[in-house]
Amino acid sequence: MTKKKLAIIASRGTLDWAYPPLILASTAAALGYEVRIFFTFYGLKLLEKKLDLRVTSLGNPAMPMPISLPVMVQTLPGMEMLMTQMMKGKMKKKGVVDIEELRNLCVEAEVQMLACQMTIDLFEFKRENLIEHAKPGGAATFFEFAGVSDVNLFM
Amino acid sequence: MDGLEKYMEEFDEELDTSGLNCPMPILKAKKAISSLSAGQILRVISTDPGSLKDFQAFAKQTGHELLEAREDNSIFFYLLKKRDS
Repeated sequence: MTKKKLAIIASRGTLDWAYPPLILASTAAALGYEVRIFFTFYGLKLLEKKLDLRVTSLGNPAMPMPISLPVMVQTLPGMEMLMTQMMKGKMKKKGVVDIEELRNLCVEAEVQMLACQMTIDLFEFKRENLIEHAKPGGAATFFEFAGVSDVNLFM
Repeated sequence: MDGLEKYMEEFDEELDTSGLNCPMPILKAKKAISSLSAGQILRVISTDPGSLKDFQAFAKQTGHELLEAREDNSIFFYLLKKRDS
């Protein structure tokens, strides 16, 4: 039986948006899919050895908040750190896996990770700061796999 | 846990994922079942309400047989029989 294939484009680099591609990738791998993720633009942040992912309510009015804060207050220094800490605390309490552990599970499950070469150049990422498992490549490399995939997702 | 006697079915390996949320029960179950031989049975315990549908879907897509799925006081019990490879 040939394996089904899942191709994902991960384009966002915030703590909340780090989850969907890695949850779906790890789950698909567990279901027997061959999975490849193309990390491009801010998504490249998810490949850094030392993960520093944050979340903010700015520009995201849908983010549930314990109390409603005026936008002016949300812009104050330290708010992003505070919200990130609160989000991490909430995730831990609800049994949501730590993002680094989830990424490790993806690596273990042989989810292939393609790091957008153009983004590496554009934002001056250092190859040695990205996890070994990630392989640099471009759009054409992604389509080699995406073109023969059963499911393609953009996130 | 009092109700446990009710679930003393035969199984070869047990995996307790209590407190863990999606997708961890499935990921851990996949790992655990990989280490079993064909025909052996894995019992999974989960507190994730979403796991009920997920384990049915997992079984359907992987070919492992879901012998039982039960809920008792918001705790879910699954019996998965590893498929022949």
